[in-house]
Amino acid sequence: MEVQLHLIDYIIMVIYFVFVLGIGWFLRKYMKDAKQFLEAGRSLPAWVTGLAFISTNLGALEVMGMTGSGAKYGMLTTHFYWIGAIPAMVFLAIFMMRFYYGSKARSVPEFLKLRFDEKTRALNAILFAVMTIMASGISMYALALLMEKVLGWNFNISLWLSAAIVLAYTYLGGLSSAIYNEVLQFFIILIGLLPIVILALMEVGGWSGLKEGLAPIAAQKGFAPDTLTTTWKYTGDANANPMGVKWYGIFAGLGFVLSFGYWCTNFLIVQRAMAAESTTAARKTPLIGAIPKMFIPFLIIVPGIIALVLINNPASGFSIMENGKPNYDLTIIMLLKHYLPAGVLGVGITALLASFMSGMAGNVSAFNTVWTYDIYQSYIRPATNDAAADARHYLRVGRLATIFGVLVSIAAAYLAGLFGNIMDFLQTIFSMINAPLFAVIFLGMFWKRTTAHGAFAGLLGGFLVALAHHGLTAPEGATTLVKGGWLGLIHTYPVEMAQNFWTAIYACAAATLITVSITMVTRREKTDEELKGLVYSLTPKISEENVPWIKRTNTLALFVLIIFFILSILFW
Amino acid sequence: MLDIKIPIGLMFFIFGVVLTIYGFISRNDTELYQKSFSHNVNLWMGGLMLVFGGVMLLLVRRRKS
Repeated sequence: MEVQLHLIDYIIMVIYFVFVLGIGWFLRKYMKDAKQFLEAGRSLPAWVTGLAFISTNLGALEVMGMTGSGAKYGMLTTHFYWIGAIPAMVFLAIFMMRFYYGSKARSVPEFLKLRFDEKTRALNAILFAVMTIMASGISMYALALLMEKVLGWNFNISLWLSAAIVLAYTYLGGLSSAIYNEVLQFFIILIGLLPIVILALMEVGGWSGLKEGLAPIAAQKGFAPDTLTTTWKYTGDANANPMGVKWYGIFAGLGFVLSFGYWCTNFLIVQRAMAAESTTAARKTPLIGAIPKMFIPFLIIVPGIIALVLINNPASGFSIMENGKPNYDLTIIMLLKHYLPAGVLGVGITALLASFMSGMAGNVSAFNTVWTYDIYQSYIRPATNDAAADARHYLRVGRLATIFGVLVSIAAAYLAGLFGNIMDFLQTIFSMINAPLFAVIFLGMFWKRTTAHGAFAGLLGGFLVALAHHGLTAPEGATTLVKGGWLGLIHTYPVEMAQNFWTAIYACAAATLITVSITMVTRREKTDEELKGLVYSLTPKISEENVPWIKRTNTLALFVLIIFFILSILFW
Repeated sequence: MLDIKIPIGLMFFIFGVVLTIYGFISRNDTELYQKSFSHNVNLWMGGLMLVFGGVMLLLVRRRKS
């Protein structure tokens, strides 16, 4: 399974790293204060933040996982890119972004502080900081392991070297450097994976050939012949599609709770839009990101589906078997190996390394902002009267937090190697903060009555309900308690994904219910004046009347939705 | 601040040059291109990258003037 690299491939890789570090080096002279370093000076054009917005999500684990899911579930995987992303991104752009950006909050936890109170911010900031670093560590571990297995590189050297590169460019250029590199990564993924899509489609005889090739495979699994090339058609019955979920589960779980929780409230993502140069640019960020987002499945999911045809055809010589079992995470790498000669192979491998590193840089740059503003400035050393000295002081703290974040990520990577299950478990738990957070922020933005006590109770209660749900249910055939059922088993889901959907749905519903009921029995502490710019009904509406219709944010949103509908119908 | 189109344009232009040269040198290496059904992918992708990098750099120049 090892991939043989040649000199030319290494040359490509080295050129890429020179540019990555060069960008950091070039930007270092602009990093004069904390705002430049942690918020990119709020000066970036919408197309840059828009590409970074989706690029942050396009980490190496995502690329590998989604190609693998393509091989497992077929076109149904595109739900993660269409219904599971586009409505949420449009909603963020049209309704929520102006409050994040216009409130002058520098992070999502800080928005919670402005809208609610200190304790709500503290709860979210701490959970977010821990989750971010852990996610970074776990993906570092997975990638270093993969490099060892596939490229034959030493585990420790790959881990430390990639961490050192990420540290160097985020230390030098801060958030700007992270965002610029995400844009660079976006293009290299696009160009690096393009040849495998073209060559793979050529081999199976285009889209119609692919459909023919998949029909017997679907039939063999007991599904209708076109199950693997359609998205909604067979979701009327959970047993008729490989994902094992019904349409309303996809609609509510993925399309609403999970995606709104992720795209609208995850600071890692929202931070990109907050670095934009104006409110308009910030609102356009998710919309500009949505356009390539909708087409990424053709680049990473379609090759996975083609891989499924190749796997079932022994004559192709293609295999993802490892120790006698298919390892779907290897799909993308095996495709690179199968189709690409030396040269373009280097570009493909570099694209994977790039997505890995920029994912880590994204985590680190979100962590250092939350640490500096929401933990350090709030509880350890508050701002003084000397704004200029503060700006320099917090810049230094932000830089130290960057080093600290990278070191803790490395530690987390080793822990993941030693106690893999426990780390997976912790990551599952911490990922449960998003669904309740969305409920709370949504209520806060659109219901002026929402009180701080209500929000805090909703956040905490939603999180506990998510935990309880995870503890009381398990996917079928789960062998470890990591997957759930550690409090006792009252329900079994057919697949893990269904369990995740329902955990998020329960958490979001509980958070809404608790926030509303506590709000009813507590008194509002902020006046209408204080909530201006934070709550929909108390903020002047945005008028786009004097903007030509072609340049309006609403027009762009409509355009995104139209493409979304066309794609959904085309691949129904 | 640094215009992001400059590093993107430069990097892909250099990639393009490297791959085009490599593709040209290796054009008769049938074994190398067996994987890609005898298509010289290095030459194609090199060309594409040259165009992409070039367009990015042109956009930067047009902005300046």
